[in-house]
Amino acid sequence: MIAVVDYRAGNLTSVKKALDHLGADAVVTQDPKVVAKAGKIILPGVGHFSATMILEQTGLRSAILHRIERGVPFLGVCVGLQWMFDSSDEAPAIPGLGLFPEKCERFPADVKSPHVGWNSLTCDQGSRLLRGIPSGSFVYFTHSYRAPVVKATVARSEYGGEFSAAVEQGHLFGAQFHPEKSGAIGLKLLENFCGL
Amino acid sequence: MLTKRIIACLDVTGGRVVKGVKFQQLRDAGDPAELAAAHSEAGADEVVLLDISATHEKRATLVDTVRRTAQQLFIPFTVGGGIRSLDEAMAVFDAGADKISINSAALADPSLITSIADRYGSQAVIVAIDAKRIDGQEKFEAYVHGGRTPTGHDAVAWAQEAERRGAGEILLTSMDCDGTGAGFDCGLTRIVSEAVNIPVIASGGGGDTQSFVEVFQRGRADAALAASIFHFGLRHLADLKRELQAAGIPVRWPC
Repeated sequence: MIAVVDYRAGNLTSVKKALDHLGADAVVTQDPKVVAKAGKIILPGVGHFSATMILEQTGLRSAILHRIERGVPFLGVCVGLQWMFDSSDEAPAIPGLGLFPEKCERFPADVKSPHVGWNSLTCDQGSRLLRGIPSGSFVYFTHSYRAPVVKATVARSEYGGEFSAAVEQGHLFGAQFHPEKSGAIGLKLLENFCGL
Repeated sequence: MLTKRIIACLDVTGGRVVKGVKFQQLRDAGDPAELAAAHSEAGADEVVLLDISATHEKRATLVDTVRRTAQQLFIPFTVGGGIRSLDEAMAVFDAGADKISINSAALADPSLITSIADRYGSQAVIVAIDAKRIDGQEKFEAYVHGGRTPTGHDAVAWAQEAERRGAGEILLTSMDCDGTGAGFDCGLTRIVSEAVNIPVIASGGGGDTQSFVEVFQRGRADAALAASIFHFGLRHLADLKRELQAAGIPVRWPC
């Protein structure tokens, strides 16, 4: 069972629909007890980084951490990816999961924000998340803050400089773009995650 | 790099896609879910469903249409037309819309922009502005109610306020060019694009490939919306994207 964590950060219907389309056994939940039994966890999220505060308040953060420690695959999408980092300038007082010590920052002032639309990926070799997704593939982004390129970055994109489009470290994965809105390429990524 | 988006717009009423010029002589153009899927297959970067029912009283029909259409799409899906409240927006989001577009209701009460953006994020809120040139000037007035009622508001100032209130994008329609197929209003588009820091989607007047090239270059549009040119076999979406790429405009192609 894949737990799609609902922490009132935006609309989840597209994520659930994409997973249903792939035949995945996915459950949208706000309940840490459901997360505690999940075989995989997806943390979506659009909107403000401050919404992640709810994860702490509801016990979802510890439920997720416990599962991650047991090797359960985790995929953070959009704000979900940013939460994997230490923090975001969008809400500096709220700690992320801290898997990567860097923080997320605004786009520079000389480009329009949010970064909205289809941009291309520069993909590293050997990523399980991106298997079958070649460099140059287009995916759909919509965000005002971005995560820097780190050792765990497996795909980069370019807008006002390079930033992390996807990260992968062991069983922990993140996508800044929206796989559920990125056509066939996005579905392939979700299929790769579901198939782990 | 970020590409320019070509957004297909379907006007719907009573659960069917319709086409007509300036709301006259509406012709049935087909099933929304099928057409949306066909546009996505052909290369549309996003799909917009616009409810043009005269009175918007049949919300249940719209919600059902949204749900059926959303099932077919794995690209961004926006719904607009007659959304007047947070509750109505919620019903549309629950049915599967990724973004909503608001026009008259936002002008009447700009706090609606903020209340939807607070709940769903700014990127889910598009403010649509219908603008008409004021004779002999580089000034534009915002219209509401399907472009029929002048408001006395300056369209550029309104776009800036919409941004301040939390809009994620502006959908800018030129009333002068809409339905003509003779080209977008690049002057209007550029002025608004330079006045706000959020993306601007140009609408109204899209015709040949050159008209799109111009609205992206001279008009500084981030995206362009077109409807009538894609219906009734008037234009092939894939041809447009291929030609835009050949003209040096960054687009998602092939896809």
